[in-house]
Order: sequence, then structure tokens, then C-alpha cells
Amino acid sequence: MLIGIVFIISVGAFYLIHLLPGDPAAVILGTGDSPQNRARLFKELGLNKPILEQYFVWIKNVLHGNLGTSFISQTSVWSTIKSALPIDVEIIVLSQILAFAVAIPTAMVSARKPDGWLDRLLGATSFTLLSIPSFVVIVLLVLFIAIKLGVPHTGVSSYVSLGQDWVVNLESLALPSFTLALGSFVVYYRVLRSDLIATLQEEYITMARSKGISQRRIMWRHAFRPSSVALLGTAGVNIGGLLAGGFIVQYLLSIPGLGYTLIQSIGLSDYLVVQGIVLVVSVGVILINFAFDLIINIVDPRISRE
Amino acid sequence: MYVAEVVEEHHDRPERKRRLGILFWICVGWIALNIVGAIFANVLPLQNPLFQNYASVNAGPSLHHLFGTDDLGRDIFARVVYGSRVSIEVSLGAMLVGFGLGAPLGMLAAYRRGKFDSILTAVMYVFLAFPAIIATIAVLSFWTPRSLLKIIVVVGIASVPLVYRVIRSATMNFASRDFVIAAKVQGATDRRILIKELLPNIAPVGVSFLLIGIATVVTLEGALAFLGLSVNPPTPSWGNMINESLSILQINPWLAIFPSLAMCLFLLSLNFIGDRLRAHFEVSEAKL
Repeated sequence: MLIGIVFIISVGAFYLIHLLPGDPAAVILGTGDSPQNRARLFKELGLNKPILEQYFVWIKNVLHGNLGTSFISQTSVWSTIKSALPIDVEIIVLSQILAFAVAIPTAMVSARKPDGWLDRLLGATSFTLLSIPSFVVIVLLVLFIAIKLGVPHTGVSSYVSLGQDWVVNLESLALPSFTLALGSFVVYYRVLRSDLIATLQEEYITMARSKGISQRRIMWRHAFRPSSVALLGTAGVNIGGLLAGGFIVQYLLSIPGLGYTLIQSIGLSDYLVVQGIVLVVSVGVILINFAFDLIINIVDPRISRE
Repeated sequence: MYVAEVVEEHHDRPERKRRLGILFWICVGWIALNIVGAIFANVLPLQNPLFQNYASVNAGPSLHHLFGTDDLGRDIFARVVYGSRVSIEVSLGAMLVGFGLGAPLGMLAAYRRGKFDSILTAVMYVFLAFPAIIATIAVLSFWTPRSLLKIIVVVGIASVPLVYRVIRSATMNFASRDFVIAAKVQGATDRRILIKELLPNIAPVGVSFLLIGIATVVTLEGALAFLGLSVNPPTPSWGNMINESLSILQINPWLAIFPSLAMCLFLLSLNFIGDRLRAHFEVSEAKL
């Protein structure tokens, strides 16, 4: 199944160019269209050969880690991706730590007294946050925190790499991580809350209560693990979504991650880079989902036994 | 993009289910106001959204310019109202395409079952695995020149597998119920069963998913505008306006705040209506 999907994605990424009207060579070359480049392109991709053969030439190169060389920047697509990907990973990891750290306790507070004033307040807040797109959040954050309050290293193009200075690096990634965390928090909170409420009505919880086990211990030791299956499934989809859809915050703050590179390449009509990023991100999303399926099976072994 | 769809609702207030509540009708009214404003934008006493008045550039809100003016002296209020047109057109158009293709296929697959169902469902799940937002961006960025119609078609097609999945599972809940079998025994045609028996029953799920879908596409249009993949300036759209405001955020924050507010209120109303309707009809997404 996994291999099948990856295969279809590779076909999709490859034929993207042929689905669109116009001369593929002109699209691939973009602004780098010159007789020399054109000759090199035809030689590398075998554009004058039949389309099926072109795919096999291309997929063989891809499997050897060769995504081609950009005709515009003259650098290899793979090295471009390799330098951008860690930034995406860092933002996603930071945002997920933040989101889980807030979502789990708040969901527990809500589930303890469903429909209590705190639960209603949290419910209304999360519902409102659900309706605010991430680009609006980041624009307002930049406006109030970076511009009005003048907090250093949080504004546009203040990105510093992790190797250079890790404190400034964290500061420069604070706003994008917070923005993505906010969106994730809402989803995680709602999913975990409803599952916790359902779990807390199970008989073994009543049993644990009657034994006099503390509320906190029941929550963490008895109710949390069986309630986290939907949460993990959602997290897998959501993290994949952040990898694919996190480009907006990067673009706004000029953080040179994959999303930013993708938009730059679209602007330059650098087709090979776009194709490479589409391929890497799509495969990444699928691998993340697959990994979370495995984690779910470990957390709740009943699922794989069924 | 599709995160909203994952958020499952938990209904633990059965006693309030029957009443939609005043907030529900306020939200319906707000959406109606937006749609009326979008349709009649050129009849309403608004200023020209493209007229550049260099005498008042980056002005704050005043009686003359309710929301102020942008860096080219254009009236922000008029642009926000005209901007709703793009969002509403794209979202309704894309959902028309998505439901037009996805809903009949989903109903048919759930009703017929067998090979037709298993092949179609497998194909749709493969498409679902492909990150739709990346595919949308990739196609739109190289399919030039861009137009509203192309955006509608691409986003609409990207939504087909999702619509298919929701409608199929909703239909499955009813397809083997007694009333369907009774209709079959009476000799009703497949077409009649699908339209007269099944369609009314899955309509609540369809409508609440439609509202979520519209909200998602409005957000997506904003995201596309950021990449310069939405309608071309100077045509206003909420996304375009927020994008334009970035370079002058420091001088004129109003240009960012008003279209953001318009978009958020629109999305909030849609989500709230969808949520309430779902609770009202006791539709459980857990069965998906």
C-alpha cells in the first residue's frame, strides 16, 4: 500500500508538467531558457524520447538521490532541499511540543467537569481560534509583537541558523512556532477532550475511583492512554498538514525553509526545484502518517489484534 | 487545509439540541449580509474600490472612509465588500465542482457496493494521501495565465475525494435500512431510491460538510493570494488585501486588520452554523 501510494505520487509529480498546456521544455527551463540549457535538458531528461521512457530515466535518477540541477541557480535540487528541510523540522517540533504541552492539561481540565464554566470558556475559545487562519495570526503577531512592542529578532527576515546562534535562532522562530502551535492546540484539545469524556464513563474508571485512587492518577495513568488514539491519528494528519501548509509563516517572515523555497521557486518558474519539493513533501507526509499508525499500534495494542 | 474536518464534535448537551439558539440566527444573518453585499456591491452606495485618491493615502478610519484608505488612496471599506466577491465565488464554485462530482459518486458507491465501490474507494484514498494543498499550488503555479475559473476548477477537483468519503459513509448508514428495502420491494427504480429515499437523509451531513468546505476554501484562497496565485491585482480579495498590507504593516495596520476581521467573522459564522446544524441533526462524525 505504502509503496503503491509513493509510486502514484512519483507519477503525479513527474507528469505534472505534461498535464499542463504548453511546451514542457519551456516550462522546465523557465527564465533560464537558453540554447545551451535547452540542449543539456534534452540530454539529461531525454525529452525527445517516448514519455514512458522519460519517466524511467527520471525515477532512476531520483532513486539515486539525483533530483536534477536547477537551470536558474545552477545548484543541485537535492542540496537546496537538504539545507531547507531542517528548518521546517525545527519549527514543527517546537510547535508540537508547545501544542501538546498546552492541549493535554487543558483537555483534562475540561473533561473533569464537562459543561462546567471552565469547559465552556475553553470550548468557546478553541472554537473562535479554529476560525482564525494562520496567516491572520502571524500578521497580527508581527504587527503587535515585532512592530508595536519592538521585541528583537522576531520581525521579518530576522532568521539566524541554529549553528550560528541558538538563542537568536529560537527567538526568530518563536512567532512562527507559536502560530502553528495555536492551530494544532485547538485540534488536539477538542479531540482529546471528547475522548477523555467518553473514557471517564467506563466502568474501570468507576472501579478505580471506588478504590480511592486520586483524580490526577486516574487521569494520567488510567484514562489518558486509551483516550489518545484519536489524538495521535489527528496529530499525524496535522503534522503532515504543517509540512505541506506551513509555507505561509515562513514566507511572511522570510525564513528559508522548504515552504519559502517553494514559493521562491514558483516565482522564478524554477520547475525542477518545485517538482523536487512536491515529491519530498508528499513522501514526507505519507511517512509521517505511517509512523503515527505504528505509534498508535504501540499505544493501543487492541487495534492491531482486531 | 483539511484539519477542520478531523475535529470531531462531542455532544453532551442533549437537552439543548432542539433549539438552534439566537447566536445561530445571528451567524446566518451575517452570512446573508455578506452574500447580499457581494452580489449588490456595484449597486450599493460604495466608493469605487479601484479609484486611487492620492490626496488621502494611508488615512485612518473616518466618516468619509469608514475603514480608512490604503497606500494608493483606495477606500478599504469598498475593497473589503468587493473582496468578499472573490472569496464567495471561489468557495461556492469549488464546492459546486466538488459536490457535483463527489456526492453522486459517493452515493452510488455506497448504494451499489461491489466492485464499483471497492475500486472507486481505493482510487479516492490514494488521492487523499496526496497533499492536496501542494498539488493545488503546483498546478496553479504552472498553469498560466491564472483566472478565477481555473482556481475554482483546481480547488474543486482537489476536494472531490473528501466529499466522496463523507457522502459515501453517510449514505452507507442508510443504504441497508428497512425503508430502502421496502422501496426496493415495491419496485422503485434505483434513481428514485437514491433521490427520494436516500438524498433527504444524507442532506444534513452534506450541508454541514458543505459549510466546513466553504470555510476551508475561503482560507485556502487567502493562502493562495499570499503566493500570488489568486486573482490578479488590482481586483480586491480578502487574501490579496492582507498580502498587500504586509509591506506597509508599520505605516498602516488598518489595511491588515479590516480584511482579516471580515474573513475571521465570515469563517466563524460558517463554522458555528455547521456545528449547530450537526448537533441539531445528531450527526456523528465518529462513524466516518
